[in-house]
Amino acid sequence: MRIIVCIKQVPKAQELQVDPVTQTLKRVGVPSEINPPDANALEIALTLKDRHAAEVVVLSMGPTSFDESLERAVAMGADRSVLLTDRILGGSDTVPTAYALSETIQKIGGYDLILTGEETTDASTGHVGPGIAGHLDLPQITYVSEVRIVDNTVRARRTAEDGTEWWQTNMPSLCTVNFGCNKPRSPTLTGKIRVKRGGVIVHWSCADVGIDPKKVGLLNSPTIVAKVDTIRLPPRAGRIFSGDAKESVRALLDALIRDRVVAP
Amino acid sequence: MERFDAIVVGAGPAGSSAALTLARKGFSTLLVERGRSPGVKGMFGGRIYSWALQDLLPDWAKDCPVERYVVRENMVFLTEDASLGISFDSTKLGQGRAASFTAVRAKFDGWLAKKAQDAGATLVTGIRVDDLWKEDGHVRGVMVAPNDRVGADVVVIAEGATSILTRAAGLKADLEPREVSVGVKETIELPAETIQERFGLGEKEGAAFVFAGQSSLGLRGGGFLYTNQSTISLGLVVSSEDLSRKKVEIQEVQNRFRLHPAVQRWIRGGKVVEYSAHLVPELGAGMMPRLWGDGVLVAGDAAGFLINNGYTFRGVDLAIASGIAAGEAANAARSAGSMRAANLAAYDRFLRASNVLTDLERFRRAPLYMKNERLFDVYPRMLMEIAERLYTVDGSGQQRLVDAVLEQAASADVPKLKMLLDLLQGARSM
Repeated sequence: MRIIVCIKQVPKAQELQVDPVTQTLKRVGVPSEINPPDANALEIALTLKDRHAAEVVVLSMGPTSFDESLERAVAMGADRSVLLTDRILGGSDTVPTAYALSETIQKIGGYDLILTGEETTDASTGHVGPGIAGHLDLPQITYVSEVRIVDNTVRARRTAEDGTEWWQTNMPSLCTVNFGCNKPRSPTLTGKIRVKRGGVIVHWSCADVGIDPKKVGLLNSPTIVAKVDTIRLPPRAGRIFSGDAKESVRALLDALIRDRVVAP
Repeated sequence: MERFDAIVVGAGPAGSSAALTLARKGFSTLLVERGRSPGVKGMFGGRIYSWALQDLLPDWAKDCPVERYVVRENMVFLTEDASLGISFDSTKLGQGRAASFTAVRAKFDGWLAKKAQDAGATLVTGIRVDDLWKEDGHVRGVMVAPNDRVGADVVVIAEGATSILTRAAGLKADLEPREVSVGVKETIELPAETIQERFGLGEKEGAAFVFAGQSSLGLRGGGFLYTNQSTISLGLVVSSEDLSRKKVEIQEVQNRFRLHPAVQRWIRGGKVVEYSAHLVPELGAGMMPRLWGDGVLVAGDAAGFLINNGYTFRGVDLAIASGIAAGEAANAARSAGSMRAANLAAYDRFLRASNVLTDLERFRRAPLYMKNERLFDVYPRMLMEIAERLYTVDGSGQQRLVDAVLEQAASADVPKLKMLLDLLQGARSM
């Protein structure tokens, strides 16, 4: 059985910074991580690998700095990884991304299950997983928190608005995985050594995969970001209470009570 | 399963030196570090004696991240409101094998680990190894989890003072409070020019201070201060037994030490940018574990290789020298046919060749002497009162040195015989 997990590298949620000039997310020089829902998807794949004889292939699309996350995925237990990386992909929105990833998945071939996160923490569209299923004409189960393989079928627990549902499909199929549904494992020593030995990541260009350049990139992305607003917090008053310790603490406390920050 | 000829646990000075030596001898070598990068989990006072580094990397000075070369040694006795210092200046201090320098561990350890990697060792960070893989008592590798084992002919434990693996290997019993001290250190930021002006130093020159007496609130221990390029390392090493017995928090001791006028004058205006604390092995040769077993060697702090004789604090040089010796011993054992303890016993010979064991044994008495509480309380006060008598000119009649000393000794609470014994014992052990 071959499981393909699609992951994206995103800026660490706690360290998100918005460029004050362009009003877009800063992606250079900020610590990155595997998109957390994708890490949950990877954990499901690795759990299936522990139970069944499965090969886990991790796929991502982006600049070569994404190697960091692909290496981490292998160190966690994935067998190998593929990075689709090409300048002409720059600026692609979810439509070309779903197309390019589905082409790459077909080149990897032999897949039985595709897992993605429910959405990314940096864009939060949730388009790409279902988009891939559409391109590959696969059955899909969205928002799952548990996946079992029984008699060559996929059974998944899906979180619905009014409860949970169990769905079953034939393979190959695609599931998008809920954020926080499990605790992704830590990298192992053996996994980290495999990464150091090399050869666990392959880089493919659009030409390698046979991706049509006319269908990808900024120009072929229907989404237009018209305007981005940042919420500006009002400046703090910054009052300093100084002098005698007892009196200044009293004054601070009075001010806090007056402003209804603390109860009298 | 992954396999290497040798696995070194801990990419501190001992571990990286062992890995570098092993890699040079043709061992496929894995160096495993718990921190995200080498040095982030490490802590030390701040000074490295260079002789062992010179043995390991003759051209170390070319790119080693040296903060400042120590050209002035200071020893300062403190009471609550006074200080008495001895200062030794010599250009010879910074020369040749006797050179010592201040350093920042995150930079130094990173540099040394890189040298090991350049020699062919594989460095893996962010993995904590807390168990060994053993078969019939013979160490066969390391075990991070039951399904995450990596095999090796020999494992060098260079894990630092906590010595979890050393205990797992059965080479050492659990730590006792009397075997360890607590070290705390503040890194205080000051412009390089201010440091140079304040301490009277040239651009690459540095000063080292040892503080005794009231620095540790009368608890057994001592203080240190080292000048880095644009920071000062200020800290204390205090007996953990005394801390728990007297129910004192180490932060409180450090606060009082920092606020002492004789310390304040050096650090005033500086900003504390880092605070760290760590265990320090204290008993030297007295607490050494067995240093080798079947398939395993212990080096650095994990082996208790630390010398504190009252005027010098040594750790990193002994760590490097023991790392080299461990690499040499593994190589000798391989030539002898196996990594059994009988062959790894060559470690002893290599440790003696670089005077590591000999120095440790020579100063074996020092830690015990350091444990004499009078040294930290009664005697510094006596010294200070003698100085006060000598330097007081107020028209009430000045004293001769000999009278001042005799009078002070006569009024002390300590019997003279005991004082004489302390003096003799001190001279012998230091």
